[in-house]
Amino acid sequence: MYQYDQYDQTIVDERVAQFRDQTQRYLKGELSEDEYRVLRLMNGLYVQRHAPMLRVAIPYGLLSSEQLRMLALIARKYDKNYGHFSTRQNIQYNWPKLETVPDILADLASVQMHAIQTSGNCIRNTSSDHLAGVAKDEIEDPRPYCEIIRQWSTLHPEFSFLPRKFKIAVSGARNDRAAVSVHDIGLYLVEGANGNVGFRVLAGGGLGRTPYIGTVIREYLDKKDLLSYLEAILHVYNRFGRRDNIYKARIKILVNSLGAEKFTKLVEEEWQRLREGALLLEQKEIDRVRAYFQAPEYEDNAHHDDSFAEKLETNKDFAAWVKRNVHDHKMPGYRAVFVSLKSRNLAPGDATDEQMDAIADIAEKFSFSQIVVTHDQNLVLNNVKQADLFMVWQALSAEDLATPNIGLLTDMICCPGLDFCSLANAGSIPIAKQINDKFDDMDYLHDIGEIKVKMSGCMNACGHHHVGHIGILGVSKKGEEYYQLTLGGTAENEASLGDRLGPAVEKSKVADTIGKILNVYIELRQEDEKFLETYKRVGIEPFKDHIYPKKQVKEKELAHASH
Amino acid sequence: MRVIKDNKVIDDNWQIVEGSAIESGLPAGDVILPFSVWQSNREAILSWNDRKLGLLINGEHDIDDLAGDLDHFNIIAIEFPAFKDGRGYSQARILRDHYDYSGDLRAVGDVLRDQLYFMQRCGISSFLIKEEKDIEDAIRGFSDFSVKYQTAADGAEPLYKQR
Repeated sequence: MYQYDQYDQTIVDERVAQFRDQTQRYLKGELSEDEYRVLRLMNGLYVQRHAPMLRVAIPYGLLSSEQLRMLALIARKYDKNYGHFSTRQNIQYNWPKLETVPDILADLASVQMHAIQTSGNCIRNTSSDHLAGVAKDEIEDPRPYCEIIRQWSTLHPEFSFLPRKFKIAVSGARNDRAAVSVHDIGLYLVEGANGNVGFRVLAGGGLGRTPYIGTVIREYLDKKDLLSYLEAILHVYNRFGRRDNIYKARIKILVNSLGAEKFTKLVEEEWQRLREGALLLEQKEIDRVRAYFQAPEYEDNAHHDDSFAEKLETNKDFAAWVKRNVHDHKMPGYRAVFVSLKSRNLAPGDATDEQMDAIADIAEKFSFSQIVVTHDQNLVLNNVKQADLFMVWQALSAEDLATPNIGLLTDMICCPGLDFCSLANAGSIPIAKQINDKFDDMDYLHDIGEIKVKMSGCMNACGHHHVGHIGILGVSKKGEEYYQLTLGGTAENEASLGDRLGPAVEKSKVADTIGKILNVYIELRQEDEKFLETYKRVGIEPFKDHIYPKKQVKEKELAHASH
Repeated sequence: MRVIKDNKVIDDNWQIVEGSAIESGLPAGDVILPFSVWQSNREAILSWNDRKLGLLINGEHDIDDLAGDLDHFNIIAIEFPAFKDGRGYSQARILRDHYDYSGDLRAVGDVLRDQLYFMQRCGISSFLIKEEKDIEDAIRGFSDFSVKYQTAADGAEPLYKQR
C-alpha cells in the first residue's frame, strides 16, 4: 500500500496544527460558530444529536494492521469503544469531545492517516473496489489512480469551497463493485481502441433527494490526461453549479439542467486549455505510485493443499461460511475473506475496539497486514491462503465476525439514522434490528439468497436506498417514523434506481412487509433466479398487488363507479 | 484601503465606489468601479486621464466579456459575498492562467484568515480582510502549509516532480 514520504507527512502534520489552532480560536471566540463550522466540516467533524461525530478518511478503503490498531485505540481512548464503518469506506466515531479532536488527528497522523476532506463542500475520499488488486475480472488495479487523485485533490486551492460535496469513485474491474455510476464523477478503467488502458468518464451520478445514474461524458481518456480532465470538470462545476439551493447544488443537477451535451462541451473546452500544462500526468509518477501496490509475495504452491477440502467436507458451519463470506482470487490457492460487520449483536457497520484489534492481528498473521473496508460496510482480508481459511474462520468466529451472511438479507447497508444523525427523519438501526429479529433463520436467508437491502434515515440517502434491491427510506409523517420501500435498485453494472412500492409503512411493519415481498419472490422465482433477476422479469405489479391489496380493490371499485 | 499585500499590511489609494457615484460625483484618487458601471459607461470612463482604474467583479460575471478590456485595469477586485462561495477562486484562476492578467487581484468581502492560503494559490495578490477581524493575525494564514501537492496559479510544480 501507499507509504507517506516526508512531503505527505508534512502536509498531514501541518493540517493537524492548523486544525488545532482553528479549534482554539473557536473556543476563545475568535471564530464564529458559522466560520468554524465550515472549517471543522472540512476536517470531518460534525456536531450531531448527542455529541460531535468525527469521520476519519480511509483512502479507497485500504488499511494496514497498524492503522486499524490505531482506529481501535482511538475508539478506546476518545470514544465509547467502537467505530462505525461508512459507505464511503471511512470510519466514524460518534462520541468524541470537540476539545480532543486535534489530539485524535495527531494520533492518526502518527500512522499516516487523517480526516482531511471527509466532509464539507469539497472533494471527498475517493472510493474504489474492495477487491482491487485481487479480483479475477480486473483490467487494472484502480488504487494507484485513487492515490493520485487523493494527492491532487488534497487542499486543492480552487476546489475547497464547491457548491456542494463531491465524490469520485474508480473501478478497474469488469464488474462494478464500487457503485461508480452513482458518483459525481465515476471512472472505469477500460481498454481503448489503441490497446492501451485508459478511463471511461461518467459525470452527474448521485443519490440524495434527486437520484441520477451518471452520464458517460467521455468514452476513453488517456491516463496522462486524468488530472487535467478532472480539473476541467471541477472547474465547470465550481463556476456554474447552483449555490442558491442546497438541494440543487450537486453536479448532477448541473449536468441535467444544461443537458449532458452542453455540459460535456464546456468540460472539453476547458480541458483543451489545461491538457498540455502542468496537469499532464507523467508516466513516471504513475509508475512510482503503482510500485506501492505490487502484489505481495504469494506462495506458488498455495493451492497444493488438501486440508481446505477436508475441512469443507467435515465442518458444515465452516462450509456455510466459506460459501457466503469467501470470494475467489486471481491467484490459485488464495481467497478474499469477508469479515461480516453485520452480526445481529451490533448495528450494521459497527466494530468494537476489541474486534478491530483482533482483525488487525488476523490480517497480520494471514493476509499481509492489510484490511479493506467495503462500501457495504464490511471488511475484507484480501490475501488469505486456502490452507489458513479454517484458522481465520475460527479466529473471526471468536469475535462474532463470521456471520455467514455476506450478500444476504441481513447484510444490510444502514446509515446511523435518528439515533445519531441530526439530519435523519427516522431511525435506521432499530429497523435493522427488527429485520434481524424477524429473519433469524439462516436456512431461510440462504434460500432467499443474494439480496441487497439498503436503508437511509432520510432523503440524503447515506444508506444508498435508491440502489438497494430493497430500498428503505425513513420519512416523518406528523412526527411519526414511517418507511418508504423501493424495489429493483442496483449500483452494479447496468445500474438502476429502485421503483416505489407504495405508501410508506409504519415502523412496526417494516420487517413484515419485507417478509411479504420475499413471499412474492419465492412464489414467482424460476429455478435459481436471484431476487433482482425475478424483479426485473416480473416488474413491480405482483409485489404491489400482494402488499397493498385493499387499496387496489378500492381503486378498482372507484374505477367501476366512475363508468 | 488597508489591505494585506506581499505578506504585509499596507495602505493604498484604492477605493471601491458605489454605482451611483458616477452621477453624484466620484471621489478623488484611484477608483474601483462595479462591473455594471464599467459596462454601461465604458467610453466615458476610458476618456478619464487623471486616475487609475480598477474593476469589481463577483462570481456571477463572465470574465470572457472583459477579455479585451483587462489592460485598462490596474486592479481587479473579486468579491466573496460569503467565504464559502468558492466561485472567486475560479475567477482568479481564469484571470491569471487563461488571460495572463498581471495587475493586482484583490479579494474583498467575507475574506478571512483561514481562506488566504487558498486564495493566494489561485493568484489573488491582495486581501481586504473583513472589518471586525484582526488583519495582522490574518497574515498567519499564508503559512499554514509548506508543501503543495498540485499546481495552481502560483506556478507551483506538481509535488511529484520533486520526488
